[in-house]
Amino acid sequence: MTATAERPAEIGQARKRKEDARLVTGRTMWTDNLTLPGMLHMAILRSPVAHARITSIDVSGARQRPGVIAAFSGQDFKDVQGSIPCVWPVTEDTVVPNHPSIAVDQVNHVGEAVAAVVARSKAEAQDALEAIDVDYEPLAPILDMEAALADDAPRVHPELSSNKSYTWAFESGAAGSGRPIEDVLREAEVTVTRRFRQQRIIPAFMEPRSTVVLPEGDGVTVWSSTQIPHVLRTLMSLSLGIPEQKIRVIAPDVGGGFGGKLQVTPEEFLTTLVARRVGKPVKYTESRSESMMSCHHGRDQIQDITITATQDGRLTGLDVHILSDMGAYARLITPGIPILGAFMFNGIYKFDAYRFVCDGVFTTKTPTDAVRGAGRPEATFAIERIVDELAAELGMDPMQLRRKNWISHDEFPFTTVTGITYDSGNYEAATDRALELIQWDELKKEQAERRARHDTVQLGLGISTFSELCGWAPSRLLGALRYAGGGWEQATVRVLPTGKVEVVTGTSPHGQGNETTWSQIVADRVGVPFEDVEVLHGDTQTSPRGWDTYGSRSAAVGAVAVSNAALRVVEKAKRVAAHLLEASEDDIEFADGKFSVRGSPGAEKTIQELAFEAFAAHDMPEGVEPNLDAEATYDPVALSFPHGTHLCAVDVDTETGRTTIRKYVCVDDVGTVINPLIVDGQVHGGVAHGIAQALYEEAVFDDDGNLTTGTLVDYLVPSALDLPSFTTDRTVSPATTNPLGVKGVGETGAIAATPAVVNAVVDALRPFGVTDVRMPCTPERVWRAVQGGSE
Amino acid sequence: MTQVDVKVDGVAYRDDVEPRMLLVHYLRERLGKVGTVVGCDTGNCGACTVAVDGRSVKSCSLLAVQADGREVTTIEGLSDGDGALHPVQQAFHDEHALQCGFCTPGMIMSACDLLRENPNPTEADVRQGIEGNLCRCTGYQNIVRAVQSAAKAMVRS
Amino acid sequence: MIPAAFDYVRPSTVDDAVAALAAAGEDGKVLAGGQSLLPVLRMRLSHPSTLVDLGRINSLRGVRDDGDALVIGAMTTHDEVLRDPLVAQHAPLLAQAAATVGDPQVRHVGTLGGSLSHADPAADLPTVALTLDASLEVVGPSGSRTVPARDFFVDYFTTALAPDELLTAVRVPKLGAGWTTHYEKFNRVAQAWAIVAVAAAVRRSDGSVGEARVGLSNMGSTPLRASAVESALAGADASADAVRAASEHAAEGTHPPSDVSGGADYREHLARVLTRRAVLAAASI
Repeated sequence: MTATAERPAEIGQARKRKEDARLVTGRTMWTDNLTLPGMLHMAILRSPVAHARITSIDVSGARQRPGVIAAFSGQDFKDVQGSIPCVWPVTEDTVVPNHPSIAVDQVNHVGEAVAAVVARSKAEAQDALEAIDVDYEPLAPILDMEAALADDAPRVHPELSSNKSYTWAFESGAAGSGRPIEDVLREAEVTVTRRFRQQRIIPAFMEPRSTVVLPEGDGVTVWSSTQIPHVLRTLMSLSLGIPEQKIRVIAPDVGGGFGGKLQVTPEEFLTTLVARRVGKPVKYTESRSESMMSCHHGRDQIQDITITATQDGRLTGLDVHILSDMGAYARLITPGIPILGAFMFNGIYKFDAYRFVCDGVFTTKTPTDAVRGAGRPEATFAIERIVDELAAELGMDPMQLRRKNWISHDEFPFTTVTGITYDSGNYEAATDRALELIQWDELKKEQAERRARHDTVQLGLGISTFSELCGWAPSRLLGALRYAGGGWEQATVRVLPTGKVEVVTGTSPHGQGNETTWSQIVADRVGVPFEDVEVLHGDTQTSPRGWDTYGSRSAAVGAVAVSNAALRVVEKAKRVAAHLLEASEDDIEFADGKFSVRGSPGAEKTIQELAFEAFAAHDMPEGVEPNLDAEATYDPVALSFPHGTHLCAVDVDTETGRTTIRKYVCVDDVGTVINPLIVDGQVHGGVAHGIAQALYEEAVFDDDGNLTTGTLVDYLVPSALDLPSFTTDRTVSPATTNPLGVKGVGETGAIAATPAVVNAVVDALRPFGVTDVRMPCTPERVWRAVQGGSE
Repeated sequence: MTQVDVKVDGVAYRDDVEPRMLLVHYLRERLGKVGTVVGCDTGNCGACTVAVDGRSVKSCSLLAVQADGREVTTIEGLSDGDGALHPVQQAFHDEHALQCGFCTPGMIMSACDLLRENPNPTEADVRQGIEGNLCRCTGYQNIVRAVQSAAKAMVRS
Repeated sequence: MIPAAFDYVRPSTVDDAVAALAAAGEDGKVLAGGQSLLPVLRMRLSHPSTLVDLGRINSLRGVRDDGDALVIGAMTTHDEVLRDPLVAQHAPLLAQAAATVGDPQVRHVGTLGGSLSHADPAADLPTVALTLDASLEVVGPSGSRTVPARDFFVDYFTTALAPDELLTAVRVPKLGAGWTTHYEKFNRVAQAWAIVAVAAAVRRSDGSVGEARVGLSNMGSTPLRASAVESALAGADASADAVRAASEHAAEGTHPPSDVSGGADYREHLARVLTRRAVLAAASI
């Protein structure tokens, strides 16, 4: 860093975002804003039934409708549409069914595309859908995972031998990371077993997905509301057979993703197939109700978990069996989602032994895949919930039980029972700060008083001392987990002839503010004003390589690549400066954008001057190429491990069952903070998302497999009135595994908040004998728990 | 086709539209006012909020023909056009009240209507005032802060 | 999504509206504020051939003092209702409930007449109309008639309106001296429809309840009056215990739905709890 009195270090500053200028004025480039000459509009007819054979389909009626250019069924593309890709078969024998973009002879969930119409206007395309005849021969819907695994269960995909996609297992004895689990279970002094359910949730990003495809010769340009333009380009080539160099993918302004746009979608493929067939640019923008049933869902696990401990509260063993509802298909990384949690069920605690077994199960529901946190919220929920249950069983204070078993700050780096090494952290510091902020002891006192006088409204106090793993890398680890992709990130820094700076990043932000944070890093490294840096992203033509944005990887991987590229620019500038100033490179000092010769006052060149010199290239040092440009590709050596302590106080009306969050305090440790404004914002949004899972949101299917929460009327995304104000603070334990010390913050809130809230609800109801409330903790479920002692 | 006469962001338009055309589609597709966006089909998300005769409405739940003879203000017409932001826009920027920004135009339009009516809202007032606008990114915390900070700025000026 | 095509008429008088509706036949539909209708049209759950837009009929807007009653034009928006000084004085229950409808944007456009004609049993204003013994002024090709609220709501989304009739005004009797009211709404998130809501109006006389009216939202196919509660309250002590005892009758005669927001038994329980709370709040006990 080149902080000076005049120009403080950019890293750590609460810089207001560069992105905002266009976003607050409506001068934005959402995909749906795009209009191309001659552009046509596509509408999709979607299956109204969960599971059926298509016995006949007739689109000819649609072709007669006004404005209609063409109408298609799956028959029209059956030989060219390939399969929607899955890049993470987690075992050698993971079953990945063929997944057509548009159904050919069978539908396997409500909302699957069965026909498409292209017309001059969107209204005409939608009108013509009504003229399409489809005959369905119903098949049994398969909705319950345990029933689906029975030997005689009807199969989602009749060509497969069962509804199981895979079984993935880890056991600490076999892995050498701990004792054999069976020994520890046998010796256990105290054993607590629970079944938790992770309900199915819908990402509900605010911008519905949209794709515009411009066919050009034998190639295409694709604008799409996606988190992953680079991944889309490669997979589109592999699946549809379009040469990769002929595909350009652009992710313009993208209105949120939360994992929901970490996907290669049937809609993207179908729009491409149709545009190429009609030879015109085609736009498809989904409606919200289409989005709710066709965008992948998240979570949906049954978690059977056993924890063992000694009588005095030392944790010994953890045994986890997951059933993961994959829905009808294996989408981009569906099989791997629970596996991301496999290394996190142990949380921040020391165990002697651990076992994790996950069965991936097909059902006739919308496929599941990554949603904010992806696997880690599920794991964190289970461990933080069962630690509370164990504390109740032991008659111990739940915080005391945590303190007794977490990794002490002087034990880092610490290799856990999963074999993964946490590099840094300070659970004591974060927890102590959180307890102080929420005034825990006073709340405890109030709780005791209200319990004693049998208040209708009971106070519940919930704890979540979480850690997570993010910064999806290194590539070597990903390969070992059978993930097809890599985890590196690429960046280019170019100092333009006028001294302004262009940064190209392979990350693809959609709300995370990378244009701002990357500018801060480069301003510091290169010594130019923050305002002089422009960040380019989201177009495979300007940013040819990258792995995009998900899994809290942008800062932990992408920012380091940017920083490294900037440092390379400085190194190159130093050689040019030494040459022009006729000094030895060793004598060149660099500070605040100026290269000066040690001991020779006045002999200096600014980075801007050097940029022009290197551009003109009249007098470059021997062997140095023109221009102050550099590229860096960074592949981390390890994952990163943010952590924190979230505390929640709820009022539970035991008569109506309503839960109201009274106080929410979180103290997160995400390592070095580049921009505190942005970090706090990520935490707020994550916590809101986590609270929403705990209290409000659930994708519900009826007995026929229809999504009954298919609009925002029924799927309850909380409004400002449904959420509290949060108190946030931080501790800083820099990551030791990357040069910036950053850890990632995009998902911490969503991971941490859910168990904090549910623990608080259960805590409020413990005097009633309640030991669990299923999520979301609706008023009705809370009321029933109070009535029944437990659900 | 039905004729509509409507003033949008200070400019008068006369157009023939299909009666079924939603106001938001008229704004986006006919007038190119793509700053106003569509986020749902049930009137829940509020992303499409504009002002009609000064009051916030959801332009996805209004037909273009219902706006006949009215004056519509969108996010694009909020500031004076001299490059300066409206105080609410400025406050959203200053308080980091947006992330992906998709809900932002509607959120700002609702906030403006709230402040017109209540120049000094409490936190609870603000939360009431924006209850018809969903945001998935911010948890609303900085939005509430921004609206209150805009209120102070507007009272000062 | 985009609604299917329809013909559109925008009359400027009630007579013209009635004629247009008659001309439109079976598949004609009245467009008031459209806050419930537009989403239905967008989802293509309804395919009206003609929409008769009442937005230009100025005589349908506003609140008028008509002696012992207020007359509220059908096209008066929720926002206008909840701010109206006459409503605040003579029908505060209506103002309180109108403030809970939808959200600010919906209240700026949605209308009292539209809400009543839509007849969603989970809605707020039909219950209030029923509780306040409102009567509804209806106009059709054969003239006008007045329908008491208790006869207006027939079934789920079904009213006593004939296809060629429209609601022009709501006549709300003024609550006399001594009456106090409260609307208690219980929903899962602020924007959501009520799981159950209770409207209560109480007249206290000395230390007892002289008279009480209690209406229920979402406890059946129409808004309902909790008549057993009303009987139990009449003449009862104005005490928490008496109100609690009376409220135990709240679910009698109801047929609440079971859905994703709650089972029928939970709704029955909520009706009892919310009735107690509404009456206690209304009576300031």
